[in-house]
Amino acid sequence: MIAFFIKRLGQALVVMIVISLIAFSIQDNLGDPLRELVGQSVSEAERQALRDEMGLNDPFLVQYWRFLKRAVKGDLGNSYFFKRPALEVIMEKLPATVELVMGATLIILLFSIPIGVYCAINPRNWFTRLMMGTSIIGISIPVFLTAILLIYLFSIELGWFPSFGRGETIVIFGGWHTGLLTSDGLMHLVLPSVALSSIMLPLFIRLIRSEMMEVLEQEYIRFAWAKGLTRRRIWFLHALKNTLLPVITVGGVQIGTMIAYTILTETVFQWPGMGFLFLEAVNRVDTPLIIAYLIVVGLIFVVTNTLVDLIYGLVNPTVKLTGGEA
Amino acid sequence: MPILEVNNLEVRFPMREGELIAIRDISFSIDRGERLGIVGESGAGKSVAAFAILRLVGRPGYISGGQILFEGNDLASLSPEQLRQFRGNQITMIFQDPMMTLNPVLTIGTQMIECLQTHKGMRRREARELAVEKLRSVAIPSPEARINQYPHELSGGMRQRVVIAIALLTDPEIIIADEPTTALDVTIQAEIMELLLELCEKHQVALILITHDLGVVSEITQRAIVMYAGRIVEEGPTRSIIEQARHPYTQGLINALPERTRPGQRLNQIPGSMPTLMQIPPGCAFHPRCEHVTDVCRTQVPDYTRFDHSRVACHWVAVQEQTSV
Repeated sequence: MIAFFIKRLGQALVVMIVISLIAFSIQDNLGDPLRELVGQSVSEAERQALRDEMGLNDPFLVQYWRFLKRAVKGDLGNSYFFKRPALEVIMEKLPATVELVMGATLIILLFSIPIGVYCAINPRNWFTRLMMGTSIIGISIPVFLTAILLIYLFSIELGWFPSFGRGETIVIFGGWHTGLLTSDGLMHLVLPSVALSSIMLPLFIRLIRSEMMEVLEQEYIRFAWAKGLTRRRIWFLHALKNTLLPVITVGGVQIGTMIAYTILTETVFQWPGMGFLFLEAVNRVDTPLIIAYLIVVGLIFVVTNTLVDLIYGLVNPTVKLTGGEA
Repeated sequence: MPILEVNNLEVRFPMREGELIAIRDISFSIDRGERLGIVGESGAGKSVAAFAILRLVGRPGYISGGQILFEGNDLASLSPEQLRQFRGNQITMIFQDPMMTLNPVLTIGTQMIECLQTHKGMRRREARELAVEKLRSVAIPSPEARINQYPHELSGGMRQRVVIAIALLTDPEIIIADEPTTALDVTIQAEIMELLLELCEKHQVALILITHDLGVVSEITQRAIVMYAGRIVEEGPTRSIIEQARHPYTQGLINALPERTRPGQRLNQIPGSMPTLMQIPPGCAFHPRCEHVTDVCRTQVPDYTRFDHSRVACHWVAVQEQTSV
């Protein structure tokens, strides 16, 4: 267990170094940071002096090394626009994104398992056909379009849910602004969560259905029928447990991917999260903020994947969590 | 008084080209504590017949006719819920490949205890004790530890012992074993067969043994059924089938046994191969391979010629029988 953890930690470290390298090398390709920092009245000589002072003329590796040394201490540079540490700016926006992803994940968990299982058990049923059809549509429509359609239908025409922002938030421990504890905040969460889950949910329904159908053909399921167990026990214990193993692996990765999708959802709903912030940063060529965002998101990816591997090892008895080749 | 009586059982598989009849006109019965072998090549329909008894024919197959009478209940027409009470309770099964039979993500204990909870309404602790006891009776070492393990931690032979223990758990009247040793190492096959025989004798359980191995049939069973292309071609006491087979197909099978050939000599074989279910020849399905074939064999499906304890579906045997009388 400990060996497994150390091994994973080493892998995570390598991944993070690669991510930081890629993120950092973007810096030189996004235009001149000085243009954003100083006004037009500053002369070329002064600009050159400022560049030297900031170390922008040093060789790439020297700059990268300096960046790494600071990054380890939690300093990812100052945002040009906010004139504050980039990490701090991102951390302020993190709760909004995390809550959005949580909302979408909850929707996916709540609907994909029962629907997927139902469609596997009744493959020829009209509801199954309907689900299989609509899921293709769901996967095919881009998130931003779904989001706009949702706004049109539920905010403008029906007026059930607000169309933008997080609504009322309150601060809980550690300066975390949450919208989950106010009814206004929860109402604001509904449409963005649905929009964000609109691609993953059909994907998961299909995944669970096909996995489950495969499992139901297995000899041990036939044996379970021969043992005279109840349908409920066969479906929801014998079959479902085997179905969810591969789903956990895919699911963990997808939760990471969902953080990336938040950029679109947050932009359409003006959701004050990391994704929205990132898009603004790109528009303002706020390089330190862009780099910080990439690194934070990369970290979230690595952490969720490690957690998923851990959970998989705990659920699947045939996997032993060891450091060796298992 | 037979405990199980199968009458005119027929199983069909709907296919794109039309319906395939996997087994037809299957009738047999088995007494309490009796051991019956069903022999045939792969594709003869012996497994389908075995699974059909508990209505476990794989989709899209279905039972299209006949009765399966167990203690006065027709298993073929019971509701699914009523049928479930018999499955794994009075009638249990042993499957072919123990590597595939046990659920990989549930412990041995869970897979045993659930049977007792479902059918006997036992409490967990009580069921667990009985499960340990049954594991011990199939000669699994340190059953208290094994019961907490997962299937992949056990060898193939051990797993089949677990499956046998599960089959015996509810004190069944009948065990249906579908080629229980085919997937195992040769060295373990005999062990498992011996164990099965011993346990069936000890508990007075009837056994329906599906196999293609005539040697196993002669050692284990008292009566045997030979199947060919979905039909029973011969039935009788195992001893008489082995020693004086009447049907040309059965004779061919027995002649093909290695024991019937002198060392160095080529093994005897029946010319040709069994037809697939899609193209069963008219008349007697065996006629293209039969050395005694006559015109009537090509057109007419043979009826059973009955003897004291046996019956044979063959025109040639029928004619011989008539002339000898």
